[in-house]
Amino acid sequence: MQALYAQLLVGLINGSFYALLSLGLAVIFGMLNIINFAHGALYMMGAFVAYFLLNLGGISYWWALLLAPIIVGIFGMILERTMLQWLTGLDHLYGLLLTFGIALIVQGVFQNYFGSSGLPYAIPDQLKGGMNLGFMFLPIYRGWVVVFSLVVCLATWFLIEKTQLGAYLRAATENPTLVRAFGINVPRMITLTYGLGVGLAALAGVLSAPINQVRPLMGADLIIVVFAVVVIGGMGSIMGSIITGFALGVIEGLTKYFYPEASNTVVFVLMVLVLLVKPTGLTGRAA
Amino acid sequence: MTTLTDDTLPVTPRAMRDEMIVFVLMALLLAAVPFTGVYPFFVMQALCFALLACAFNLLIGYGGLLSFGHAMFLGTAGYCSAHALKVWALPPELGILVGIAAAFVLSIITGYISIRRQGIYFSMITLALSQLLYFIYLQVPFTHGEDGIQGIPQGYMFGVFDLSKPTVLYYVVLAGFLAGFLLIFRIINSPFGEVLKAIRENEPRAISLGYRTDQYKFLAFVLSGTLAGFAGALKVFVAQNASLTDVHWSMSGEVVLMTLVGGLGTIFGPVVGAFVIIAMQQYLAGFGQWVTVIQGAIFVICVLTFRRGVIGEIAHYFRRSL
Repeated sequence: MQALYAQLLVGLINGSFYALLSLGLAVIFGMLNIINFAHGALYMMGAFVAYFLLNLGGISYWWALLLAPIIVGIFGMILERTMLQWLTGLDHLYGLLLTFGIALIVQGVFQNYFGSSGLPYAIPDQLKGGMNLGFMFLPIYRGWVVVFSLVVCLATWFLIEKTQLGAYLRAATENPTLVRAFGINVPRMITLTYGLGVGLAALAGVLSAPINQVRPLMGADLIIVVFAVVVIGGMGSIMGSIITGFALGVIEGLTKYFYPEASNTVVFVLMVLVLLVKPTGLTGRAA
Repeated sequence: MTTLTDDTLPVTPRAMRDEMIVFVLMALLLAAVPFTGVYPFFVMQALCFALLACAFNLLIGYGGLLSFGHAMFLGTAGYCSAHALKVWALPPELGILVGIAAAFVLSIITGYISIRRQGIYFSMITLALSQLLYFIYLQVPFTHGEDGIQGIPQGYMFGVFDLSKPTVLYYVVLAGFLAGFLLIFRIINSPFGEVLKAIRENEPRAISLGYRTDQYKFLAFVLSGTLAGFAGALKVFVAQNASLTDVHWSMSGEVVLMTLVGGLGTIFGPVVGAFVIIAMQQYLAGFGQWVTVIQGAIFVICVLTFRRGVIGEIAHYFRRSL
């Protein structure tokens, strides 16, 4: 039983990353009509920024949690201003190709300087150790990742679905021209949205640094799984992305326990099944 | 919404004639390679990728479908051909057929699944499916995991052509490439190809004219996947191995890059693109991961400033369809 709970926890952690990343993809797709292939590379950058902050500046994990998303978010906004914005009005596929190119550049540069092996990032002192919950041993850091990710996901949901700013954002997704006519600076909102989506990816990167080590290719395979998550859940709903992300993480964790050979592929197999049964994805809207 | 490609020129007898002239020139040029002292291995490799890129281009350039998983056809056909040649000891021509058949079956299955969604979702689904296959090939025994299938016997094609001689192998690969290329050329200029272009330009309108667009797209997918498999089977004889790199997502990305550089939706673009990218990899092989960075930079530059690609720009300048 211990092993089952342990795998469930690993599943929840992976689910947190899926949720944070697919959430960002959905938000970006809503505003920019771009599938951000660079998302995995920016997730990796988040982890590396945390690593640099600690090892070069002596800046702790807690500050990294705040600073890394901001730094990577600014990098993302520069990308949006200098490149992505020129794709407005072109076929969606060009956005995919451009961001794929950006991902190759970023990952290639990091691979050149850091190889392919992992760099260690220590768990902060306050989150070291574990708790005995009676039925299982819970490493505190892992519990923290799940809870904190959930809070961030729900906060993002609240920001977009329940606040004035979110209302502008949703309106601009539906009809940017009309929203512009009301005097709202839509291009700036698009830039900020991209920054927000990218920031969420970087945050996931910082959270994963102490668990998975910091590797240049840590985001490359992850982003493909997240694409499958997005296909399963659809990008129409924020809450849908969050729930699908966590649920698939848990299913993957269970697979690791019951049939480990399939743990790499279970998300893709589920994607195939969903496409066969309900081609529009679980949360419905057709693309 | 601007469309992916730029050829609004109708296919006229003159355009067909231009294309045939260029084709004959290309065939002559390639046939002369063994007499020029150019390293034949490099050209053979480029020819396999050129065929792969042409097959990929059939789908995106004429059907508007961006597959991000074409490596799965290349790799699957490669593994199956290699297995047939090495373990079953089949002659080369049957080995190639096994690879093509495998890619054909795979493209029917994956096409049936992925054609259900449009645009960007289609790309993500094909990418995810090829990643699924990557993990399967990593685990099943017949692919030999990380090692791949190595030391594949080249044998005698049709019992006469000794494929272990580089010049003979070169002409066999060239013949395969030209046959595949002509088939694609024929498909593009057929009524079927015209309907595909109509779907690419305006799908709702094609539907309203009574075309079952899903069936057309499915058929295009199967043709493209099977031809990509042919490229994979040929590549086995050139490389004499079949490995996981051929199924990896980065291979799918390279195919996209070749086609983009040469020109999406142009007939000769993918060939030029394949030679450019393979040559670049050859010359920059010593620079390690900087090759990846440069490839990424080419993606960015092409998308931002050079969307027609090399052949697309030339065709646009001369107002011809190439």
